[in-house]
Amino acid sequence: MIDSFRQAFELLFSFDKELWQIIGVTMRMSLLSTTISCLIGLPLGALLGTKQFKGKSLIKKTVHTLMGLPPVVAGLLVYTLFTHYGPFGSLNLLFTVEIMVIAQVILITPIVIGLSSSFIEGNSKPVIETARGLGLSRRKTAMLCLSEGRSSLLSVVLSAFGRSIAEVGAVSIVGGNIQWKTRVMTTAIMLETNKGKFSFALAMGMILLLIAFLVNALASFVVKEPAHD
Amino acid sequence: MKKVLAILLAMVLLLSFAACGAKTEETTTAETTTAAAPANAVIRLSTTTSVNDSGLLPYLLPTFEKETGYKVEVQSAGTGAAIQKAEDGNADVILVHAKQSEEEFIEKGFGVKRLPFMYNYFVIVGPKDDPAGIKDCEDAAAAFAKIKESGSKFISRGDESGTHKAELKIWGEGNEPDPEKDDWYISAGKGMGDCLTMANEMSAYCLTDKATFLSMQKELSLEILLEKGEDMKNTYSLIAVNPDKVDGVNTEGAQAFIDWMLGDEASKLIADYGQAEYGVSLFTLLENK
Repeated sequence: MIDSFRQAFELLFSFDKELWQIIGVTMRMSLLSTTISCLIGLPLGALLGTKQFKGKSLIKKTVHTLMGLPPVVAGLLVYTLFTHYGPFGSLNLLFTVEIMVIAQVILITPIVIGLSSSFIEGNSKPVIETARGLGLSRRKTAMLCLSEGRSSLLSVVLSAFGRSIAEVGAVSIVGGNIQWKTRVMTTAIMLETNKGKFSFALAMGMILLLIAFLVNALASFVVKEPAHD
Repeated sequence: MKKVLAILLAMVLLLSFAACGAKTEETTTAETTTAAAPANAVIRLSTTTSVNDSGLLPYLLPTFEKETGYKVEVQSAGTGAAIQKAEDGNADVILVHAKQSEEEFIEKGFGVKRLPFMYNYFVIVGPKDDPAGIKDCEDAAAAFAKIKESGSKFISRGDESGTHKAELKIWGEGNEPDPEKDDWYISAGKGMGDCLTMANEMSAYCLTDKATFLSMQKELSLEILLEKGEDMKNTYSLIAVNPDKVDGVNTEGAQAFIDWMLGDEASKLIADYGQAEYGVSLFTLLENK
């Protein structure tokens, strides 16, 4: 354990070219999939959280089920779609960072929808009433809801990011863990584990946690809590 | 409060041990055909994916277990991890195929003795049209040179497994492709099955053990293009973990397993393995083991 700590520091400060390349791919993948999932998921979550319509409870149940979609299954699904002889095989996307993002968007979007809708459902009533009082338009009301609850929505976004950066099942299947191309922190850790280099793998895990921590800190710094006075 | 909890926990533990003990006695008396269970009946075998996933162990072990009363717990991983697990005290015996790592394992004092006992040949598989034209090569080194020259895609295990080490040896020291610069050389960092699937997707060449390839052949459009050459010989060894270096090793169990594996009955079973399903033997026994 202590040995792993030491190795983690040595690794980070050795500025190993390959390690930084892996960190780069990891960040590109996680940030892209988080962004896309939030662009799709937050509006849908707001819709689900504020509007009443027929079939809503079925949709909610589906979303909540998909929140627990096993990554391996998402990976397999995307793999079968994009395999050489599959329906999208001609796009030649298998074993690229792009397809890893696609698989992750499938995994993460339900989480964004589910978490944001339950949050908005629980907290938007007073905001909506105020907005109605002010005579704001629908769009402006939605914007107000999002902005009032931004610290909670931030935790939705960060959950999505956390799932993305920590996920190994799907990215391993569709990305292939190719060195200098699609290898990310989690698949690199798997590889080191399979090699039997357990303490080195643990050191990589610590670096992964450190990155996640830095992203979290940066995000909460950018989106400050609304002042309570 | 804490004390009460601790006592309760201890009681639960004791009870469960007692229950386990009673159960084993029952089963041994009930099954009269099975040999009496030895005192320490569990053998932890750490092995590589190629012997387990090829089906060899699932084929051999039931006979061994029935005859001796031992129970073998198989952990399969790449050779690197298989050896590391034994060094960490999580195995009694290893069955691997990477001579150099095996010798290091023994030099460090973890292993008792390296016992090579069977071999097979790696094969080079690739797309049917064989773009690099390796079909008539003398050996793997010549085939690799052609693949490199033509810039055809090649999938490497890249995981320090026995197969990966064998591949690096064929390239020759200092002559290994650079996965960063040579974009035809793909270092997948995955198991044999995953690499074959990837080779299939990318119409690439791949060095593989024959057993894994044959077991997956139906799903792949790859073909065996080269299967001779001394440089593709792949020798498997058994090594018992040294009880003087590692705590808690089941030495009797390890020895019983090794004796059985090197005995006539296992030899016959191994020589027959693969005949029924593929019409070829997948492993050949070493003559002077």
